[in-house]
Amino acid sequence: MAPFTIYTILGLGIPTLAVIELAFRTEHGQLTFGNMSAVSQGTYRLGFENSILLATITSVIPGILGLFLAYAIQTSRSGLLRRLVATASGVLANFGGINLTFIFIATLGSTGVLTAWLNYIRLNPWHYGFNLYSFFGVVIVYMYFQIPLMVLVITPALGGLRPSWREAAENLGASSLSYWRTVGVPVLLPSVLGGMLLLFGSGFAAYATADTLTAGTVTLAPIQIGEVLNGNVISGEEHIGYAIGFGMLIVLSITMIFYGLVRRRASKWLR
Amino acid sequence: MTAFEQGPLRSSTLHDARGVGARVDLDRLARVFGQTRALDGFSISIEPGEFVALLGPSGCGKTTALRVLAGFERLDGGRVSVDGQDLANVSAQKRDMGMVFQSYSLFPNMNALNNVAYGLRMRRQRSHQRKKKAAELLELVGLADQSSKYPHQMSGGQQQRVALARALAIEPRVLLLDEPLSALDAKVRAELRDQIRSLQQRLSITTVFVTHDQEEALSMADRVCVMSRGHNEQTATPSVLYARPATPFVAEFVGVSSRVPVERAGNEVIVFGQQCPVRGVDAFGMLEAIDALLRPEDISIEVNPAGKGFVTHRSFLGATTRMVVQVGEISVRVDVRSEVAADIELGTHVEVKVISRDVLIAPRQLDKVPVPV
Amino acid sequence: MASMIPEIAIEETQGDIPQLTGDPQSRRRPRLRYWRGVVLFLAGVYFLIPLYAGLRFSFQNDAGQFSFYAVEAIPSQTGFTAAFFLSLRLAAVTTVLTMVLMVPTATYVHLKLPKMRRVLDFVTILPIVIPPIVLILGILDAAPRWLKASPYLLSLVYVILALPFVYRSLDSGLTAIDLKTLVEASRSLGGRWISTLWHVILPNLRAAMLSATVLTIALVLGEFTMASLDLWTTLPVWIYQFSQLDAHIATAVSMLSLIGTWVLLTVIVSVDRSQSRRTRRRTGIL
Repeated sequence: MAPFTIYTILGLGIPTLAVIELAFRTEHGQLTFGNMSAVSQGTYRLGFENSILLATITSVIPGILGLFLAYAIQTSRSGLLRRLVATASGVLANFGGINLTFIFIATLGSTGVLTAWLNYIRLNPWHYGFNLYSFFGVVIVYMYFQIPLMVLVITPALGGLRPSWREAAENLGASSLSYWRTVGVPVLLPSVLGGMLLLFGSGFAAYATADTLTAGTVTLAPIQIGEVLNGNVISGEEHIGYAIGFGMLIVLSITMIFYGLVRRRASKWLR
Repeated sequence: MTAFEQGPLRSSTLHDARGVGARVDLDRLARVFGQTRALDGFSISIEPGEFVALLGPSGCGKTTALRVLAGFERLDGGRVSVDGQDLANVSAQKRDMGMVFQSYSLFPNMNALNNVAYGLRMRRQRSHQRKKKAAELLELVGLADQSSKYPHQMSGGQQQRVALARALAIEPRVLLLDEPLSALDAKVRAELRDQIRSLQQRLSITTVFVTHDQEEALSMADRVCVMSRGHNEQTATPSVLYARPATPFVAEFVGVSSRVPVERAGNEVIVFGQQCPVRGVDAFGMLEAIDALLRPEDISIEVNPAGKGFVTHRSFLGATTRMVVQVGEISVRVDVRSEVAADIELGTHVEVKVISRDVLIAPRQLDKVPVPV
Repeated sequence: MASMIPEIAIEETQGDIPQLTGDPQSRRRPRLRYWRGVVLFLAGVYFLIPLYAGLRFSFQNDAGQFSFYAVEAIPSQTGFTAAFFLSLRLAAVTTVLTMVLMVPTATYVHLKLPKMRRVLDFVTILPIVIPPIVLILGILDAAPRWLKASPYLLSLVYVILALPFVYRSLDSGLTAIDLKTLVEASRSLGGRWISTLWHVILPNLRAAMLSATVLTIALVLGEFTMASLDLWTTLPVWIYQFSQLDAHIATAVSMLSLIGTWVLLTVIVSVDRSQSRRTRRRTGIL
């Protein structure tokens, strides 16, 4: 027990405390709120806003798509399909950031495979203002691991939807729509929200994909931290990075608190 | 004292429900799943207001029959009609039948009151009206104080009572129960059994009750339909079923019996040296190789050192003791009053006598099946 | 990289037994089947095209023709071997450290301190709240200089990253074998702690340990965020840097790494399934 505790304190606790503490100190060691106020303005504020926007978009849309996909799979009669998708989801949700970047460059980059096909039918997205290395591009790429993540999370909840509820509803006169409206959706809602919160955290904190795809051109909080660490920051503002980190910790903590609350509700009903 | 034990129904809205039971006719139902024939020409007619139990081992088709009636399974052949109307093109939603499932069928996101009111909500009744009706029904099943509880806050027995109230709320023509007591523990099961039966009788709703537990079936139903392999073995009142099983399957499924090879003697058979008449019509008149099916109360034993049988097992069951007696190669089970049985040790030699006035016969079974005690 | 969230998601999946398999409704609702087909088709398109594109790009040269040059050239590229072996070394060290740390801990908690399980569950949630990007920030400040001079600082941190799913893997393995009963049986037959650990616990945990090992290796070989900011050229970092020079080769390595991860994960799933089958059979006999 002891070694584990020590290790966790050293490896997790101390760095976190360091970040929190340094967020409130200048590089000369004085206590200050200057970093925090700097972070809530200008380009850093934009970074947070963008990150939150990115996280929201890539939690809601993949959340819904993932739900439909998971339902489509669950109701399939083919056990093979289900197992295949389960493994695939596990793999895709774990994709290393840079690998994803490269396969998408190969697909939708200006000389990518899909771009070439679309060009052939005169629908080349680049000619219409599309840019893979932009915010929008990051959204598209993030879906690749967010959707499987949602599938992974929501599948057990779907499995908890007992067929007898559906049949009881039908027996009492409910149409398909009425069933979903009065029973299905309400029961699933906590789990779906939970999944989306998880996706939010994932989309907010991700670094590798965004960084390697956009090479720092899109203003996102994690990337700004990276910039600070790489030294690409105005002198005197080195501690900004810690403030950004602290901000991220706050956002993620709030997310996980909501996640815990929502999960408790879900488990009560879906036992 | 719950509403069950009170006298006449106090609710005026449920008065109209009396005598509302419909007639149900299932005619040569056939349903095939892949290689299995779940229903193989199953037929039964149920009178208005009657309580019929579908009894049988697992896989006999009883649940399938119920689900076909409810509209959850397609039919591959045959006809389902209620009050003369063919239900072939009527969807499950429109069949006006209330169903109680084995377990976990209450909607988890609604409290008891809203669960019960659900069917009325689907029928577009006004909120005030349906809540009132739901409250009455909850009182009828003795759960008036639980109306704001959620399913996960209730015990299994309470949940099933709410499920029952929910099914009754829509004043169905037919009440369907799919092994509703199987998931409950013994004591709750016994209580609920009585409550369901007395409620059904007061409301006179035609009821179809599926179970694999013969005690349940025999104690609750007006008539019991014993099913095997997708068809109707025998449908009769409990006492007739027990005393006059029509087929060997029914004889061995309902109650306990022992098989004893016998010889013919004219119109009668010789069992343990006694000549006994054959029960009912002798459907196997041509066969020479026959067994008699004897219930434990059909025979008795007498301690006799010269007796051909000896006691191999005893199980104390309360008022009676079940003893297994070996005669030659055959084992028979016999019930003996416990005060008497107390003095009979294992290994005692006894004489076996048939005390019923006739015996049931069946074609001889050649493989020796060990007698479970 | 999506950090540790996938592992938590997998935990939620593995606990439950699906009820809604092969919905009978679809037998009676042809419209559902149609929509299902559409959804699955679109999903297939979205997920498979990039994989295809990646593979194709790996086997192309700059003129767009089919060619093996990218794949063949991999081993000879500057820094590839160094990066590859660095990643392997880091993976090995991380795995060993994690196992040495977690196996006794998981066992101990499972046996003696069931209340601590809740604490441990909470700890395994932390890596979601404290993502790698923030963690490296703190590490780079808090770690002593001598440690920062060594790449193995990364290994030490990777252990933290690996904690959630290694713990969960071991824990479910321990639950599956009913640890308490086995240990009590062993002790009652006279075995001491060490021999119990060696002869009883470890052999039964083999499958769980294998799956935990594989996941750890996959993690280390794919981790980019911390390695790049700590300025060590591990395999993923090398791939990114090299992509400026020759995108085809970089993509080829990337695809190889992907395929490797997939193979490893498939190994886990089949090992996992065969172990649960074995355990079921074993307990069936009991």
